[in-house]
Amino acid sequence: MSGVTLENVWKRFGTTEVLKGIDLAFEPGEFVVLVGPSGCGKSTLLNIVAGLETLTEGEVRIGDRVVTHVPPKDRDIAMVFQSYSLYPTKSVRRNITFGMEMRGVDKAKQDKSVADVAALLHIEPLLDRKPAQLSGGQRQRVAMARALVRDPDLFLFDEPLSNLDAKLRIEMRTEIKKLHQRIQKSVIYVTHDQIEAMTLASRIAVMDQGHVRQFATPDEIYENPADLFVASFMGSPPMNILSGRIVDEGGLAVEVSDEAGPVRFPLPDPLARSVAGAAGRSVKLGLRPETITGRDGQQRVADLFAFERRIEVIEPTGPDTMLITSLGGEELIARVRPEDRAQVGQPFAFEVNMAKAKLFDAESGRRL
Amino acid sequence: MSGATDGIVRASGAGSRFLRILLFALLILFALYYLLPFFVMLATSLKTLDEIRTGSLISLPSSLNLQPWVEAWSGACVGVRCDGLQPYFWNSVLIAIPGVAISTFLGAIAGYALTKWRFRGANIIFALMLFGAFIPFQVVLLPMARTLGFLGIAGTLAGLILVHVVYGLAFTTLFFRNFFVSVPDALVHAAKLDGAGFFAIFFRILVPMAIPTFGITVIWQFTQIWNDFLFGVAFTVGDSNPVTVALNNVVNTSTGVKQYNVDMAAAIIAALPTLLVYVVAGRYFLRGLAAGAVKG
Repeated sequence: MSGVTLENVWKRFGTTEVLKGIDLAFEPGEFVVLVGPSGCGKSTLLNIVAGLETLTEGEVRIGDRVVTHVPPKDRDIAMVFQSYSLYPTKSVRRNITFGMEMRGVDKAKQDKSVADVAALLHIEPLLDRKPAQLSGGQRQRVAMARALVRDPDLFLFDEPLSNLDAKLRIEMRTEIKKLHQRIQKSVIYVTHDQIEAMTLASRIAVMDQGHVRQFATPDEIYENPADLFVASFMGSPPMNILSGRIVDEGGLAVEVSDEAGPVRFPLPDPLARSVAGAAGRSVKLGLRPETITGRDGQQRVADLFAFERRIEVIEPTGPDTMLITSLGGEELIARVRPEDRAQVGQPFAFEVNMAKAKLFDAESGRRL
Repeated sequence: MSGATDGIVRASGAGSRFLRILLFALLILFALYYLLPFFVMLATSLKTLDEIRTGSLISLPSSLNLQPWVEAWSGACVGVRCDGLQPYFWNSVLIAIPGVAISTFLGAIAGYALTKWRFRGANIIFALMLFGAFIPFQVVLLPMARTLGFLGIAGTLAGLILVHVVYGLAFTTLFFRNFFVSVPDALVHAAKLDGAGFFAIFFRILVPMAIPTFGITVIWQFTQIWNDFLFGVAFTVGDSNPVTVALNNVVNTSTGVKQYNVDMAAAIIAALPTLLVYVVAGRYFLRGLAAGAVKG
């Protein structure tokens, strides 16, 4: 089993820079998710690891081997594509064995490998069908079977679930996770879906505009986002970002004002220390929707702070209800219990757990 | 073809029924209009010369007289040689089969390379090839004659095959390029990861997918090469003439009585193979023309 190391990887198409000096090191057996908005360079990075794309500058190592100039077929990797990329004229069985045929594996071994992998993915009844006769979920399984049968060192997944419907996507997500726990191989997985990233990854690399913004465990990414981009990209609904000013009135607070008057969010101790003596400074206050509730919506902790705002929209989801209001000219989403009766246009008393609040520099977006 | 539109609700009522009847009447009228010349040819080829002289153009032959067909196939005189169209027909077969095969194969490879193994300047090369499809025949006559002379194959079947291959390449490449450009690159990527190289990907993955494109390309090329007259008359001499040139020589002979029935039979013989190819491969032609309109 091998890890993957990317060193100062640059990719330029003419004058456009797609990847701007990526440095990442993945441990063997790790499930790494590359996540980011479309155009952030995540798929390009995956293709560079696969050898399907050349890099302009830098080095790629799989294990200890430098593979920068090694063609894809000699990298000991397997890949699952977004559109499955099954060979349309071949049966499922021939799709799975094509790689072994190309490598001259003898027939008996091919048959055994197909039987094993078909059993693992429950696709035995499909082996003699053509891809056109399969449903989306079945095609997905066949694509995974084709990758698994190679028994490579490293698996690459390029948005494999994005063509599936919502229910199937959740099922396959669990299945991929189970599969990884079972085979314990290194995986690099590209997605734009932050929930997929959170649920699957052992570590997440959040990418934006050719840079890696943060590379850490899902918990760390969620609880300690490095900057505004990571904070607002990860989480659904996204973190509320409010523009405010540090004020000092017997304790530091962030003041957010609009036509309904100012709201002063008192800063608890660790946060207050990070901006000590900076009264008047512009900051962004990040509040996750689940930290804003109705009264008594959360455990009694020391740093609760209450304020009132009119409700603009109510979105029930079942387990929770999203209340949307505005504060300081920004939209604010709160996640409350369904039994917290609220009415559109009426004022509602919100309660924020300030211990979970994040502060960001207004200009650089870096976390304070 | 059918099925998808069968269930669409149509307007009903007297007005629309009248319009439908009118539509079919027009279609039948045009169908007759197009079939009439062929009917005249067929009827004339089966008549005796007397009957042609005395009867009307569209009357049916009084009896099936196959003699003109035998005459056209193996007895009519082309210049001083009186073996009928037969030897020239085989010339055309010997030209068309390798001509179609080579130009189709090269077009497939070129279309594949231009779309799936993109290289610097691929677009320019494709634009130049596309330009080749618009060059009129007569423009290339002289340069081609010089080239064939230089290669030492002027006036031979091989020379004419080369001309057809070169001229057809623009079209065959265009057909295949347009098909392969619709095949997702990810499929080629998957095959590369599976260990397949340039030719393995082409023969094992893409050729089976491109069968309908092969169908329309073969029809197109066969029709072009078989029906060609100008290249045939310019680049072959006497015994190596294709059937179209021989047909002209049979019909335009200035000696003896004009044998309309033999001329008609000869013309039908010369046209028969393209008709046959269309019937055999025609469904691919339609499928190929419609391909790309809707993603399957």
